[in-house]
Amino acid sequence: MADTTQPLVQVKGLKKYFPVMQGIILQRKVADVKAVDGLDFEIRKGETLGLVGESGCGKSTTGRAILQLYRPTAGEVIFQGKNLCKLQGEELRKMRRHMQMIFQDPYASLNPRMTVGDIIGEPLEVHNIAKGKEKKERVQELLQIVGLNPYFVNRYPHEFSGGQRQRIGVARALAVNPDFIVCDEPISALDVSIQAQIINLLEELQAKFHLTYLFIAHDLSVVRHISDRVAVMYLGKIVELTDRTSLYENPLHPYTKALLSAVPIPDPVVEEKRERIILVGDVPSPLRPPPGCRFHTRCPIVMDVCKVQDPVFRDVGGDHWVACHAVK
Amino acid sequence: MGTLLEVKNLRTEFHTQDGVVHAVNGVSFHVDEGETLGLVGESGCGKSVSMLSVMRLIPMPPGKIVSGQVMFQGRDLLQVDDEEIRSVRGNKIAMVFQDPMTSLNPVLTINTQVSEALELHLGMTKPQARKRTIELLKMVGIPEAERRVDDYPHQFSGGMRQRVMIAMALSCSPQLLIADEPTTALDVTIQAQIIDIVKRLKRELGMAIVWITHDLGVIAGLADRINVMYAGFVIESATTKEIFGNPLHPYTLGLLGSIPRLDAALKAKLTPIEGLPPDLIALPKGCPFYERCRYRTDKCAEENPPLELATLRHWVACWNWQDVRKQRLQ
Repeated sequence: MADTTQPLVQVKGLKKYFPVMQGIILQRKVADVKAVDGLDFEIRKGETLGLVGESGCGKSTTGRAILQLYRPTAGEVIFQGKNLCKLQGEELRKMRRHMQMIFQDPYASLNPRMTVGDIIGEPLEVHNIAKGKEKKERVQELLQIVGLNPYFVNRYPHEFSGGQRQRIGVARALAVNPDFIVCDEPISALDVSIQAQIINLLEELQAKFHLTYLFIAHDLSVVRHISDRVAVMYLGKIVELTDRTSLYENPLHPYTKALLSAVPIPDPVVEEKRERIILVGDVPSPLRPPPGCRFHTRCPIVMDVCKVQDPVFRDVGGDHWVACHAVK
Repeated sequence: MGTLLEVKNLRTEFHTQDGVVHAVNGVSFHVDEGETLGLVGESGCGKSVSMLSVMRLIPMPPGKIVSGQVMFQGRDLLQVDDEEIRSVRGNKIAMVFQDPMTSLNPVLTINTQVSEALELHLGMTKPQARKRTIELLKMVGIPEAERRVDDYPHQFSGGMRQRVMIAMALSCSPQLLIADEPTTALDVTIQAQIIDIVKRLKRELGMAIVWITHDLGVIAGLADRINVMYAGFVIESATTKEIFGNPLHPYTLGLLGSIPRLDAALKAKLTPIEGLPPDLIALPKGCPFYERCRYRTDKCAEENPPLELATLRHWVACWNWQDVRKQRLQ
């Protein structure tokens, strides 16, 4: 279970802005897409932290910014005592051994011109972990660990189904024995009956290899199943963060409540009786986030202060963090 | 309530370089006036191709509707001439697709696109159609409809575009709306808005709906009856409460057991269905679910079970459904 005394990753003031350029010959920046706009949280050793939110909330960008696949615009990411944001070149590359990613699209994340063996073996070569015969054995071992027949080692990605490709992606991430894996919507592109296979696999591997996961997803039912703690994002900010039981049974932020009430439950008797909180309107653009609390334009309990002042993200008791003026 | 649409023994295949893909393999079902039928299954099960065949929207070649009848208002839609099917499409039977961006024409305004059906099917003049279009946009909850009617699709968000698609589909007051995964590409809060609109409009207009989806949560709150599909076959058919409360086919049971529920007690492990769906080019001789089935017997490998009545208004295509029920009740 999670070691609450020792954060594996500490994120402070994380920001990632994408500039919007205009002009044909001379380009000038006219605006910023504020994809991630000031995040403070930690990921504890051995836990699965779920990160949920709808499209455009910044959750995938957060995952990539932590791993430095996007270099953050501001903020710190402290991992194993080092601020990753300040590392460059060889120093950063060496850290990548300890932190890996599983991507969403099993069709785009595997090089179609490499065999499965090469795809999984590449990290072993790059990080000088194993070569030659030893590398081959390790690749076979990894294939078995993820439930694929080692006989497939010379096949190409197109010869596998979506679920199998995702397993290859998992094997690749595990190859270097990382401590921390960012799972960026690893099952969204898969059929329902295959999703469960991959979820079980991820859970087994976590127990076996003492992994820490940041699990990014938009499916709240899946996140509830796999996570220890859950963070809810809206338009570049975290609005609520707490353990999964508290989040799902006692959500405090109005957006979390609306999100949970919108999730369909596969039970017609339950669905009939449910009260839905239907939010009005669309998510605002991250180019022009609303002033004050970003959620105020759609909030069912909006007050005057919400329109001018951005609420502080704070612990309201029992390690339950919320950013909302209505919560004491 | 009378029967509005009756599909009998529909078979559709696709002739590709790799072989003949048997997408729909003898599918029969009906839709009654005013009811919502859910067509549920994972990718490749034939749910979309079935309804596209009903509308004769399958490109031929490489597609081919090999056999079957689609009875609608006393006519077999598969046999009528092009002019007649065109008078049905968008008018009496309308369709909403999954991805609103590729379904809307990016170079035409919303007004042009929604007015098209009104002018073609109802013979409205341009000013009449424009007025009705604005009414329709208001009906589906598009704010500032008078101004937005002259906007282009790219100026709308995904949820708004889907509302436009719904407005377009409902413009001629169809008797049947076919919704092919209309909310799959949308966020969950926007999905809730769209489902809300469709439910409200259905009540107001009294139309029947066929809702195609792989999301069991969405269909639980929407459908009166559900047909579960697998490898081009309907393998179970019953009321929604029956499907969820008393699943008889091992695939349906497996599917329900593999999805995490927001309100369930937290189990240690999900129970996935092991293995993969069969190759539609090389369907096995017997039951298509044989390889993945925990209840299989020798007979299942030899003979594909037909869809038969099992209990009250509950049909299933399985030789061993009684074992499934027995084990579940234990």
